[in-house]
Amino acid sequence: MKDDPDVPDETTQTPSLETEWMLAVRDQRDRAAFARLFDHFAPRLKGFAMRAGAGAAEAEDIVQDVMIKVWQRAHQFDPETAQVSGWIYRIARNQQIDRYRKDKRPEPEALMPEQDAVPDAGQVLALEQEAAGLREALARLKPAQREMVERAYLGELSHTEIQAETGLPLGTIKSRIRLALDKLRHELKDMRPS
Amino acid sequence: MTQITHHIPDEILLAYAAGTLPHSHAVVVAAHVSMCDTCRAALSAHQAMGGAVLEESASETVSDALRARVFDKLDDTPPPEPAAPRRAGIYPGPVAALLGPDWQAPWKSLGFGVKQAILSEGGEGSLRLLYIPGGRAMPEHGHHGLEMTLVLQGSFSDDEGRFGPGDVEIGHDALEHMPVADPGPDCICLAATDAPLRFKSFVPRLLQPFFRI
Repeated sequence: MKDDPDVPDETTQTPSLETEWMLAVRDQRDRAAFARLFDHFAPRLKGFAMRAGAGAAEAEDIVQDVMIKVWQRAHQFDPETAQVSGWIYRIARNQQIDRYRKDKRPEPEALMPEQDAVPDAGQVLALEQEAAGLREALARLKPAQREMVERAYLGELSHTEIQAETGLPLGTIKSRIRLALDKLRHELKDMRPS
Repeated sequence: MTQITHHIPDEILLAYAAGTLPHSHAVVVAAHVSMCDTCRAALSAHQAMGGAVLEESASETVSDALRARVFDKLDDTPPPEPAAPRRAGIYPGPVAALLGPDWQAPWKSLGFGVKQAILSEGGEGSLRLLYIPGGRAMPEHGHHGLEMTLVLQGSFSDDEGRFGPGDVEIGHDALEHMPVADPGPDCICLAATDAPLRFKSFVPRLLQPFFRI
């Protein structure tokens, strides 16, 4: 690993607003919270789609599809293994594939427990801090390197063009998510009738 | 489950997250991730990174009309969600989803006990299941571009090592390999290739039984 600390400057003690909004949408079908999510993400999603080559009107169509999926698929959001922006990124890329390609992107088997588990606040916070660390690391990259990373995640580079070594501290967030998955596997095993 | 030791490289997980892999290769990634928490975590990390890029990307003002359209649609009945892929026997969910309702693969004999079942072909890549009796070599074939082979049952070995259930071998252009199914249970693999995979001869090179040293 690199020697940078990867610790966000401000230590958050409660989940981010985005997470709170998303959980309110998931658990209470809260429209006001959805409106906040919309105001936060819709302009970014539009910018994202336009950078990927969509015209303004088409970009708005994409934003519409993505935000409606966010509402409809909210029950799939699990803050212990995914952070709101990462979860929305995944929906946005799926939407892009649905739009331009013949085949849907095949998805892995889901690991979600059926029960309505209370999220482990410590894990949620830790994951958010890792994600904040990623954002800061992205901001610290040299412009040319940052450009390559952005293009890779925008789907503009093929796997052969992607430099495996990005200089981003992905290892730390991987370990964090891995711990959450281990725990989830354990819970799933306990739930299964033996 | 046996220990998975050969994983999906980061650049391929990233390409999957970004949606740029051909469909055939994306199935292999989704199937491996279904079996491997290490890669599931790594994929989630890439999605988090994609989220960071999204957070940091330049905003474009959205029209009031868009906002109104989205809110109007919140009460619409959502379209039925595609059923989450479920594992069926040796087939991970994303593979089982490509088989029929009875999960029978469309096996065709290649001779000498070797079979293949083509799951998709043409376009940007092809995807197939290969069935190699224990102790036999895989059909010799040329490949260009990226080849990904995921073991579903049994194991095979080549210069790169031994590949058991869940392991994935990544072959690039130059890879010269002669995979041989290990003695024991017959080996079943899922293989994605960029271009249609062509066997060099109709009768594959598997005639010689494999003698274990």
